[in-house]
Amino acid sequence: MSKEMTIHLKYWKQNGPNDTGHFEEYTLDNVNEHMSFLEMLDVLNEELMLEDKEPVEFDYDCREGICGSCNLVINGQAHGPKQRVAVCQLHMRNYNDGDHVTIEPPRAAAFPVIKDLVVDRSSFDRIIEAGGYVSVKTGSAVEANAIPIEKEKSDAAFDYATCIGCGACVAACPNASASLFTGAKIAHLNKLPQGEVERSNRVVAMVEQMEEEGFGDCSNFAECEAVCPVGISISAIAEMRKDYMKAVVSGE
Amino acid sequence: MPSLIKALNSQVGRKFMTGITGIGLMLFLIGHLAGNLTIFGESQAFNVYTHTLESLGPLLYVIEAGLVFFFLYHAILGISIWRQKKKARPEGYDTYQTKGGPSHQSLASRSMIISGTVLLVFLVFHIMHFKYGLFSPDEGTVILESAGGVEARDLRALVIAEFQNPLIAFGYIAVMALAILHLAHGAWSAFTSLGMKHGETSKKVQLGAYIFAIVLMLGFIFIPLYIFLTGGEGSLIAY
Repeated sequence: MSKEMTIHLKYWKQNGPNDTGHFEEYTLDNVNEHMSFLEMLDVLNEELMLEDKEPVEFDYDCREGICGSCNLVINGQAHGPKQRVAVCQLHMRNYNDGDHVTIEPPRAAAFPVIKDLVVDRSSFDRIIEAGGYVSVKTGSAVEANAIPIEKEKSDAAFDYATCIGCGACVAACPNASASLFTGAKIAHLNKLPQGEVERSNRVVAMVEQMEEEGFGDCSNFAECEAVCPVGISISAIAEMRKDYMKAVVSGE
Repeated sequence: MPSLIKALNSQVGRKFMTGITGIGLMLFLIGHLAGNLTIFGESQAFNVYTHTLESLGPLLYVIEAGLVFFFLYHAILGISIWRQKKKARPEGYDTYQTKGGPSHQSLASRSMIISGTVLLVFLVFHIMHFKYGLFSPDEGTVILESAGGVEARDLRALVIAEFQNPLIAFGYIAVMALAILHLAHGAWSAFTSLGMKHGETSKKVQLGAYIFAIVLMLGFIFIPLYIFLTGGEGSLIAY
């Protein structure tokens, strides 16, 4: 038999970017422990609609932890209490009967609220547009093992490439810095032979765009690494710093 | 490519220079403590040391200008990072907590702006206090036999007299305790800002930063505490 719980919710309601927003409260009496956190919110919305109230908006897509759409701050922690988990993969068995749960959107000037818990993360897209791609001609796809690369480098590049762009790093950072996201996106390309050709231009352009979007500075809190659903290390930020200073000193 | 000035003013550059100036200031503190500890040397060792410093002439001004530059640059960067944080998150969270694990969030890392501000205010007071002697009667002079019989300021007497005042002694001790907090995060963070990766080395550097902060500041704390507790007549101080 599965456990049923009562959960006291407190969630952010904001009727558009210019609304000041406020918290609303609702108590759900029959939360099944096997529900995911987002399924619990689905139940909340069903109940709200049956009561002729407006449902609470939240972002989601794949619900299997790979798309990076969901990004809720739950009781002050991005993606909830567990490490290396996105909200969609967080299950209600991590909560107890009678728990109070506060749900907020990621709070950052560069992530303006669209509605309720949904924020506009197009600032991330613009950082990618500034240099998160390879534009040199690499020919048609060759046999993958034809390009010699050390295993350690390709493993590191892959680790950084697992970033799903959810923005939890920004949400959890006390400075609202996007350094982990930007660092990961730079490092995963700069470490590979195809990306290395443009490494200097890439790191400078992406760092400049990150600053222009209004994110904060990195103060090495490493909170981003703790909340990252794929566990990207703040070594990504170290790589970004080294590549940036190298690019400036070499003047390429 | 950006110019060097633009690069040093970028988010990466600002943090890089915070690290560089921070490491410079830590090296200065090591030298400062070594100098201070001469108060436990033979009777005139401290006055010989301070007199030698004051006799450096133009070189002293260059060193002092360098130190002022490092302190101010470090402080301005810290304040600008704090101001940007306010701009980047105008509306804070209702509830906020760290997730732990690899996070370095702690009382130390979250209070850098507060500990830093106190240290900066203290620095101004400290220079007026001991360099210019603005808060105490003229310290008088002493003849330094070991330095060829020259006449020098008796700063040793000033230090011993001042630290018998409980307000001054414990004021200094409180600020030094706060400096432990600042260095516990800063000494690790500086190397991370210069490109140190998160891993085994980084863990050792964090441990080293804690030990460095505590040992260095206990060194600074020991002097006022010893002078206060012994009323300036402890056996470690030679007459």
